[in-house]
Order: sequence, then C-alpha cells, then structure tokens
Amino acid sequence: MIKRSIFKSRGLPYLLILPQILVTVTFFYWPAIKGLLQSFMVTDPFGNRSKFVWFDNFVELLLDPLYLKSVGITLMFSFGTAFVSISLGLIIAAMANRALKFKWTMRTMLIWPYAVAPAISGVLWLFLLHPSFGIVSIFMKKYFQVDWNPVLDGGDAMTMIIMASAWKEISYNFVFFVAGMQAIPKSLIEAAALDGAGPFTRFFRITLPLLSPTLFFLMVMNIIYAFFETFGIIHVITQGGPGGSTNTLVYKIYQDGFVGLNLGSSAAQSVLLMFLIIGITVIQFKYVEKKVQYTG
Amino acid sequence: MKKLLIAVALLAFIVMPAASSAKPVKIYWWHAMRSARGEVANTMIKAFNDSQSEYEVVGAFKGNYDETINAGVAAFRARKQPHILQAFEVGTQTMMLSGAIYPVFKLMKDAKIDVNWDDYLQPVLSYYMNKDGKLLSMPFNSSTPVMYYNKDLFKKAGVKPLSKTKAITWDELGVITGKLVKSGAKGGMVTAWQSWTQVENYSAIHNIPFATKSNGYEGLDCNLTINNKMVVNHISRLMNWSKNKRFVYGGQKYQGPKAEFLAQNVGVYIDSISGIAKLKKAVKDFSWDVAPLPVEASMKVPQNSIIGGASLWVLKGHKKKEYKGVAKFLKFLSNNEMQIYWHKETGYFPITINAYKQLKKDGYYKKNPLQEVGIKQLMRQKPTKISRGLRLGYFIQIRNIINEELELVWNGKKTPQAAMDTAVARSNKELRKFERTYN
Repeated sequence: MIKRSIFKSRGLPYLLILPQILVTVTFFYWPAIKGLLQSFMVTDPFGNRSKFVWFDNFVELLLDPLYLKSVGITLMFSFGTAFVSISLGLIIAAMANRALKFKWTMRTMLIWPYAVAPAISGVLWLFLLHPSFGIVSIFMKKYFQVDWNPVLDGGDAMTMIIMASAWKEISYNFVFFVAGMQAIPKSLIEAAALDGAGPFTRFFRITLPLLSPTLFFLMVMNIIYAFFETFGIIHVITQGGPGGSTNTLVYKIYQDGFVGLNLGSSAAQSVLLMFLIIGITVIQFKYVEKKVQYTG
Repeated sequence: MKKLLIAVALLAFIVMPAASSAKPVKIYWWHAMRSARGEVANTMIKAFNDSQSEYEVVGAFKGNYDETINAGVAAFRARKQPHILQAFEVGTQTMMLSGAIYPVFKLMKDAKIDVNWDDYLQPVLSYYMNKDGKLLSMPFNSSTPVMYYNKDLFKKAGVKPLSKTKAITWDELGVITGKLVKSGAKGGMVTAWQSWTQVENYSAIHNIPFATKSNGYEGLDCNLTINNKMVVNHISRLMNWSKNKRFVYGGQKYQGPKAEFLAQNVGVYIDSISGIAKLKKAVKDFSWDVAPLPVEASMKVPQNSIIGGASLWVLKGHKKKEYKGVAKFLKFLSNNEMQIYWHKETGYFPITINAYKQLKKDGYYKKNPLQEVGIKQLMRQKPTKISRGLRLGYFIQIRNIINEELELVWNGKKTPQAAMDTAVARSNKELRKFERTYN
C-alpha cells in the first residue's frame, strides 16, 4: 500500500495558502485592478471628480505620434541595452573562463557593478560624460575635438543611457555565463581541440550552442530589466531629453502620472506597457526558444 | 504584584490629566525644504512653538516638490492629510481646483485674524490669487530669475559692469556676448530653466500674454499664445547666437548651465535669485555680479518679472480649533522677524513690504546689494493681468513640452516658429484634457 499524506479537513489547505493569497491579492491584484479601472477614467488627483470615459485614454495615446515615438525609443533602448550587455558579458565570461591566475578574484570583482543602484550608476556616468562637468567628455573635447553633447544631441543621450544601463547588467550576465560555461564538460572541448578546432571554432560550435538556454534566459531578463529597472538611470542622466529622445514608456508614465498628476492617461499607459511586455515575452518564447537546445 | 498594580494606577492617575490638559493642539506641515532650507524652516517652526503654548507645529520633509504634492494627494485620499501642504507654483491650478483646500483668505477671515494684504509684495501674492484677487494659498518661498555675469571676463572683453537697477537690452547683450566670444571665452551666455526664464518671464516682462483668458486666470478654456511674433523672434535670436557660441545650451535645469558659468566657459548666466547663495559658496577664482534680466529696446517701461517657488496650502477636513492655530502660524511666518530671517538665510523674497523696508533701514542691502536686484525687478511696475502670473492646468506637462520643443530648436531639428507652433498645439491638447477633468 502506498502511503499518502493527505489533509483530513478540507479547510486546512486553504488556510495554509491563505497568507500567500492575501499578499498576492493586496500587493499585486488589487493595485493592478485599480490601475485597470483608472485607465478608463479621467480623475483629478485628489479623487474628488472622476468620470468614466471608456477607451478615450487609450485612443488618445494610440493616436498620439509622440506616444508611438516613445514606444520606438523604448524598443531601441531595450534591445540596444540587452545586446550590449549580453555580448560584453559573454566576451568577458569567455575570457575570464580562460584566465589562469587570479580567476576567483577577477570574477568577484567583475560582479561588483551589479550591486550599484541604478541612480548611482547614472550619477557615475554623468560625472564621466556630462558635456559641462564630465571628466571624459571635457578631456575628449580638449584633446580630440570630439563634440560629444548628450544634453543637446538625442543620439548621444541614447548612447549614454544605453552605456550606463548595460554597464550595470554586464555583471549579472557575466555570472550566468560563467556558471553556464563551467557546466560544459571539459572533455567535449578537449576532444574538439584534439580534432584541430581552434578557440573560435570551439567557442561558436560548442560553447555557444550549449550556452543557449542561458543566453535565452538572459535575453528575457535583460529586456525586462531595460524596460523597468532603468528608470533611475534615465531620471538622473537625461530626464527623457533632449527633445524627448530618451523618453521611454516607463519614464513617460512617471512624468505624466507622478509628476504631471494625469492619472487616467498614465494608468492607460501602464496597461499598454503591460500588453507590450507580454507580447515581447510571448514572441521570445514562441520563436526564439525554438532555437534553444536544452541538454538532459 | 498588588503593590505594582497600585503604583501603576496611581501613576496613571497623576500623569493622565496633566498630560491631557497641557497637550498643545498639533498642526502638521509637510514641506519640500531640504537640508539648509529645511533647517531654516525648522528654526521658524521652533520660534512659533516657543512663542505660545496652545499649538504645536510639526514639520515634515516629504521629498522634492513632486514627492511632496504626491504625499499630500495620497494622504488626502486616505483622509490623513496634514493641515498645511507646500506645493510648487506650477501646481497652483491643480491645488486650487482640487476641492481639498481651505482658501487662505477665508481661513484668515474665519479665524478673525486681520491681515493687511496690501502690505504684501503684490507680484508674489498675485500668483496665488483667484481671478477676483482673493488669496488662495500663502506664498512661502518665492524667487525670480536674474542675470549673473563674470566681471573678470567682462573686463577682459572690454565690457563695463552692468547696472543693478536698469536692465540692458537684448541687443546690448548680443554685443556683449559677441565681445566675450571674441576675447577668447568659450561662449557668451547660458540659461537655467529655459521655459521659466526665456518664455514665461520674457512674456511677463514684455506684457505679452502667455495664454488667452488672462494667462488662464479667467477660465479653463484658455489656449497658449507663445507662438507670437515676439517670443518666436526671441527664440530665433538665441538660436542665431548659438551658431557662433554667443548662446550655449546647458540643459533644462540649473546644474549644466551653472557648471558652464563656474568653469568660466561663459560670461553670462541667467538663473533664479536663489542662486546667489550657491554661487557665493561655489565661486572661488573670479568675481561676479548680478543684473536685471535684459529687455527689448522697444520696451521702454518693462513690466515686473514673475516668480517661481512654492506656497503653503491649507487642506480641508480638520477641526476648527486646529485651523485657528494654522491661521496664527501662517500669520506668524509673515511677521518681520521671520521674513527677515528667511530672506537672509535662503535668499528667497521677504513677502511683505514692511519686512523689505525694515531690511533696507537696517542697511542690509547696502551690504548685500546683490539681494536687492531681484526685488527691484519684481517691484518695478504694478503687475498687469498678464504679468501677474500663469494659471494653467497640467502646467508641468506644458513646461516639459516647451523644454522639448526648445531643445529641438537648439539642436537644429526645428525652426523656432515650427517649434513654438507645435508647443502651442501640444500644450492646448493638455489644457483640453485638464479642462475635461474639471468640467
């Protein structure tokens, strides 16, 4: 006879999951539902007047060329950040994996930037690259006549926030890549080496395919990171400028809702953002994941 | 055990009534005054608390202006609002229509506290009055933009120091910035808070409507008018100056422009008078001075400039007795001693003429002539319906829009006319959204 542990009373299991449900409902569902309701209304901030306006907030946004531009900016920024941080993380991990001396120290030190808060990361980059007081940009202007000006030039500003956001995330990617590489059996690589495969061939034919689950996971994580957690960096470095060229969706929600107190529109933007991120993630799982090779 | 119980009971008996009868009525004030200014505010609170025993004001720093107003909004919705909430000038329309406020003129009347409103600096009060001239919130920290200039660079370029009372013309500034660049400076002028200094104040000083309906004072159905010829010409001029570095764009806020001025990359820097204290601390290697903002040559009698800063709003939903204390506290804040202390410590305006006269009599401005430039510029004319201030819904968004469009002019993507036209069109959309919320 198989021994089974089952609950005698019907109420107990529900009682046991009650705390979890309470937390989820209070902190996730309740605000989300409130946000959803808010997106169908125009309200004054103090909540004394509110009107139900159906889909007006959404229609307004979707017809606004600047909102669509912000969607484009966000996609560019997120893919840019993800691309830079994943590729650099991968390169550094591949090199660190080959390092013979101080392997452990090097790895630990490379993880540090991840512990830096986004806003601080923004300040650090600002002190390096601000056209008026950034050390690097003053140096570049003085000795190389490089006219770097993220305060005025949208492209420069975008480059700067991508650098700052990617820099922080490289460490995170690095950790996962190193772990992934250590899981690859040495014998495989050695066998390939014996067969005459050079380091590049070995990397692209063996390491990379075996890393594809990690790569896929990091892609999803990095895009979500670029969407939601880079607020502090943008807030410190560009505030969405110049001329709205770094006004990402999340930053716009903050600007319209928190600063501008237009709650209806900012709630509608949140809902649209949710759909966008769901869409991107679905696409990733549907199409990109097919290329992933899971072992075991 | 029994002994202990008796002791506790006795103690409770002794302490309780004493505590309840002597407990002052608490008044909560949420503000956005950080560090040094926060200390000054605390000193003022303490002075009030020490001056009487009936009320106790409790101040709390709630973050920057956005955060403070949001804290107030959240608290009001949860019915836990403070008595007094500090809100910045661009939030005036939102606060005024919120239905959450107890207008200050009414508060004073209900509390039977006599206030001589004529004794206040009118351009400061008028920013916070309704269209009938009744005061809605108590002005607290008010400033206005002025022009800072580097005396050493001026000397090197062969330019005489400027007058502290008579404004130079924009054409003259064009010549000066030209000379500065010629003499080897990296640039001519920079400006902080471009929407506030170059559009809002430019319009007020030249008595050009910023929006219809008396800049929005007389109705929510107003439209922006900043695509008028004068403003567009002004922006075109700055754009042309930027081509030969006579004007350098340093960013929307003050940090970038200030850094350019401190590094002596530019000779002229337009920013709020509250910058005086900051520059005094930061400038070590050159001498500088303050002058009024430039005006157009055609403007023989320039109007007053307008203010920026924040005011104190009294929120609804408290007891009558507490409001009496609020009224007393607000009155206390505007007495001479407090206003003089406030002005000396922070550089913000004293809000009464009386305090200003007292400072003059004490010879304060003889010793600190820089501090008087802003007041004189603010007081040089009686405010008109146009120069008294701006009353726009979603003003924060509108300022953002103006900033964005101006940046597109500075980086050459748009002509000034096109940028201002778009700014007006986009802002009007925001105004309509705002109007719809309140109608």
